[in-house]
Amino acid sequence: MKTFLVLGAGTAGIMMARKMSRVLDAKQWKVIVVDKNEQHFYQPGFLFIPFGYYKKDDVVKPIRSFVAKGVEYVVAEVEQLEPAENRVTLANGRVINYDYLVVATGTDIHPEETEGLKDGGWRQNIFDFYTYEGAAALAPAISNFNGGRFVVNVVENPIKCPVAPLEFIFLADAYFTRKGIRDKVDIIFATPLPGAFTKPVASATLGKILERKHIHVEAEFNAGMVDSSRNVLASYDEREIPYDLMVSIPLNKGASFLGAAGIGDELNYVRVDKETLQSTDYENIWALGDAANIPASKAGAVIHFQMEKAFKNILQHMAGQPMTHHFDGHALCYIETGFEKATLIDFDYTHEPLRGKYPVPVVGPFDLLGETTINHWGKLAFRYIYYLMMHGIEVPLPSDFSMAGKKP
Amino acid sequence: MSDLVKDVAFNAEGYMIDAKQWSREIAEFLAKLEGIEVLTPDHWKIIDFCRTTGLASGKAPTLRQITVGTGISTKDLFALFPKGPAKKVAKIAGLGKPEGCV
Repeated sequence: MKTFLVLGAGTAGIMMARKMSRVLDAKQWKVIVVDKNEQHFYQPGFLFIPFGYYKKDDVVKPIRSFVAKGVEYVVAEVEQLEPAENRVTLANGRVINYDYLVVATGTDIHPEETEGLKDGGWRQNIFDFYTYEGAAALAPAISNFNGGRFVVNVVENPIKCPVAPLEFIFLADAYFTRKGIRDKVDIIFATPLPGAFTKPVASATLGKILERKHIHVEAEFNAGMVDSSRNVLASYDEREIPYDLMVSIPLNKGASFLGAAGIGDELNYVRVDKETLQSTDYENIWALGDAANIPASKAGAVIHFQMEKAFKNILQHMAGQPMTHHFDGHALCYIETGFEKATLIDFDYTHEPLRGKYPVPVVGPFDLLGETTINHWGKLAFRYIYYLMMHGIEVPLPSDFSMAGKKP
Repeated sequence: MSDLVKDVAFNAEGYMIDAKQWSREIAEFLAKLEGIEVLTPDHWKIIDFCRTTGLASGKAPTLRQITVGTGISTKDLFALFPKGPAKKVAKIAGLGKPEGCV
């Protein structure tokens, strides 16, 4: 009996385990998926929790409800991965010997890595929204906020969903405006980047929106320290930003057992070939989604686009054939801009986000880099599409990036 | 002094285009342009690390790759190369602009 092991039952892990269990002969193969949690989180929904637009039931579901028949689901922490021995040891003592391993353990926030960030102010007047608990704790703090300095800080890149901090700011601006206190709130975005976003055309577009909404960008700000006693965020180059309420996007890192196993980079993301998604160290290991060190956005849509490629490559590898499916780094992100509008960006490893229509060139209905209501409805509809996909219902969006109808 | 770099090609942002044209003398010259008068052994430890990893991977290392790779803290790195250390070292080491993120 052979074992196909998936670590992590998030978006990537659930889908890969299901796809494999459908094609592998159950008399020869066992498909196992391991996760430390019993709850699945619809992470794009965390953005809406602090403003009361989504409730817990909208974003939290039991993992078991998504696990395909024929897949064994184990709830346990991974204690150790020994890739040279093809062996994983779980915290409950169980040892799993695998033939193929897919790592899909995602990325987590690490506030403890920034001096003072988890001191007195944490979850008092400093919050995150990258965990369900953080987003839920932030909701009353936002509704009780009556004015002052509202600071959003990205500690270090890369982060999961690099547009989420901007969306959060746009939603906060709309929220405070509707509450009638926007003139009493200074919104400050402190980022290590030289501008609003990583890619030039999108950065300029988003930068203009920030300017129009009177949001101050503190660029090239490398957060070094938080002083909760003075409510000050300081950078390594000794700039200080006072805050009344701070929302931090702490350092993001992959699971520590990956670093310990020697297959992760300096942030514990698995080193893989960016096109085949196979580990560059071990030929029977693949990494998907946020857990991989590919230069693409850490986002669910990226997983959707890379899934088919990785799946086919693994099957080819099992059959002893050369791998012919290449992931192009395709990412697609709806960006909430507040007041029931959103913009949309579509890009890959080599093309930055450009203007145009999606998914049908010229026709749309979605407007790339435009700010429209229909884009906003697209974003909200995506939650339903996501849950369909997690239940194994295929949604026909083209995997490969296309330049058709785009204006360079 | 400027004779040293008269045949060296730079891009619009001041990064060397061909890392192979680099020399330690050029590094000292570029460091002065960045406001660093003297390169100490600690500076060189970081520059050498960036040259080695940068040439091997084809990309200038990020701030975190430098701190993890050299064991020098971020705080000390900012003291040695004030303001943006990753960019500054990349420039002095004759590498391209470090890609922060995607």
